[in-house]
Amino acid sequence: MDASTHHEQQSAGANINVEAVMQEVAEHKGCGTSGGSGKASCGSAAGQGDLPTEIWEKVKNHPCYSEEAHHHYARMHVAVAPACNIQCNYCNRKYDCANESRPGVVSEKLTPEQAAKKVLAVASTIPQMTVLGVAGPGDPLANPEKTFKTFELIAKTAPDIKLCLSTNGLALPDHVDTIAAFNVDHVTITINMVDPEIGAKIYPWVFWKHKRYTGVEAAKLLTDRQLLGLEMLTERGILAKINSVMIPGVNDKHLVEVNKAVKSRGAFLHNIMPLISAPEHGTVFGLTGQRGPTAQELKALQDSCEGEMNMMRHCRQCRADAVGLLGEDRSAEFTTDKIMAMEVDYDLDSRKAYQAKVEIERVAKVAAKEEELTTLAGEMSNIKLLIAVATKGSGLINEHFGHAKEFQVYELSTSGAKFVGHRRVDLYCQGGYGEDEGLDTIIRAINDCHAVFVAKIGGCPKADLIKAGIEPVDQFAHEFIEKSAIAWFKTYLDKVNSGELQHIERGDAEIRQGALIAAA
Amino acid sequence: MTLKIVASQCTSCSACEAECPNVAIYEKGGTFIINPKKCTECIGHFDSPQCAAVCPVDDTCVIDTSYPRYQPRA
Ligand code: SF4
Ligand code: SF4
Ligand code: SF4
Repeated sequence: MDASTHHEQQSAGANINVEAVMQEVAEHKGCGTSGGSGKASCGSAAGQGDLPTEIWEKVKNHPCYSEEAHHHYARMHVAVAPACNIQCNYCNRKYDCANESRPGVVSEKLTPEQAAKKVLAVASTIPQMTVLGVAGPGDPLANPEKTFKTFELIAKTAPDIKLCLSTNGLALPDHVDTIAAFNVDHVTITINMVDPEIGAKIYPWVFWKHKRYTGVEAAKLLTDRQLLGLEMLTERGILAKINSVMIPGVNDKHLVEVNKAVKSRGAFLHNIMPLISAPEHGTVFGLTGQRGPTAQELKALQDSCEGEMNMMRHCRQCRADAVGLLGEDRSAEFTTDKIMAMEVDYDLDSRKAYQAKVEIERVAKVAAKEEELTTLAGEMSNIKLLIAVATKGSGLINEHFGHAKEFQVYELSTSGAKFVGHRRVDLYCQGGYGEDEGLDTIIRAINDCHAVFVAKIGGCPKADLIKAGIEPVDQFAHEFIEKSAIAWFKTYLDKVNSGELQHIERGDAEIRQGALIAAA
Repeated sequence: MTLKIVASQCTSCSACEAECPNVAIYEKGGTFIINPKKCTECIGHFDSPQCAAVCPVDDTCVIDTSYPRYQPRA
């Protein structure tokens, strides 16, 4: 699902040729599931915060669940589960979005044996790869044999890899015990409603016990099974994360109810993602012109749910087969042909050594932030503003403005720097440096930010950003993000206090459509 | 009769394959095909053809009128 939630998209049929179908098949971007989630509440997102210790232990190295870990660790998804048992209006399993199908990024349908080999090959090459997910292209639990065979093969050879899966929940109650037996510690359920009347607008049908159900009856069945599945996971101590797709005018206000319902049943994290819908995706919502939320609408909803539980804000709605750190896709290096030809030597020790080094980096980053935070002590101001950061990972401002495929967005206030989301701009680099159109796309994507922090930036884009009212900041190149952001904010406040600068609120920003496939 | 799969619409998601009570569906060259000798329209097993009920693409698993109607043996 890429886009979202867990999955993807299904179709409204039309004629297309066989090759296109083939590509496609494989493609079905999944979604939502895939992304990650994080603990992003309060200014202390880098640490355990208010999570219970046993949960923190489970999630701290999981790039999808810990907002802070996603800077350092990687996950991958294998596409072993093509079938689905329900239909979502935001999913088109037939077509690949015309904008996203660049050569080399087509996902492949894998057998469990191929998938296991791929995981080992990737884990040996990328030591920070700690998590394997099955998220599609359909529903992993509508393909239980393939999904569990894959887990079995991986658990045997690479016991240090964490397993997770994402599901629409319909078949979940039937498989909870198997999931527990495989030691799967994270399950993501895509729950978009707890009211069948609303559900009927999102799900045209579900297939259950040899029968297709439609309308309110279908949605009732689905919500009952989802909540039952969630309760069963909680009883067994398996972490459950909830993904919800925010569909303006359909379930946007209702998601507050969903948040309460899942929280009371023990979900540890709730990820609200924007609906991705463009007519060329061929989804029902795409064709009916259902719009997705703006950046401000999304953030407002996430904020209103945050008092209730941990919200995840760094989900990138990546493709079901993405390989690499969140936001970076290396799947083209690991096609089935290349993998099958590879000799894989799984070296557990060197993986452990690498991960130990990463831990040291993480501690340093947190310490730097804490130290800087003390300089803000005593500052009084109601000013809250957003900044965008170009980063390649490790929590550093280490990306060139023109190479950034996405920006991370932090909210600054006197209580510190809080990660609140990311903005994709992966078109810009394709458009060539300095091209106005690409730059406009970026400005629209970060239009709600007061400043953009980069490692380097050219003269032209710099001038245009300033014109748009966004301050380009490059003096913190290669330094820690939060520490730098706090230092900059302090100066900003000083200028406002001295009257040298007037604080102005910024407008809204646009959410770019389409799955993340940064394989350029 | 039997059902058939409109190849140009099939996404090869394989959902139908697992649901067929007669193991009549198989993959060939990237799309799924129904063996007309094995398909019983699900008569005797379920109320409706399972492949059509689970298929994500409407009008993809359809009746193949070039075959006579399936006659359940008494
Ligand atoms: S549950 Fe099925 S229909 Fe819904 S998004 Fe996932 S794959 Fe698509
Ligand atoms: S109609 Fe029933 S028996 Fe025939 S192919 Fe479909 S699932 Fe199998
Ligand atoms: S369920 Fe439909 S789309 Fe999927 S393989 Fe069968 S015929 Fe093709």
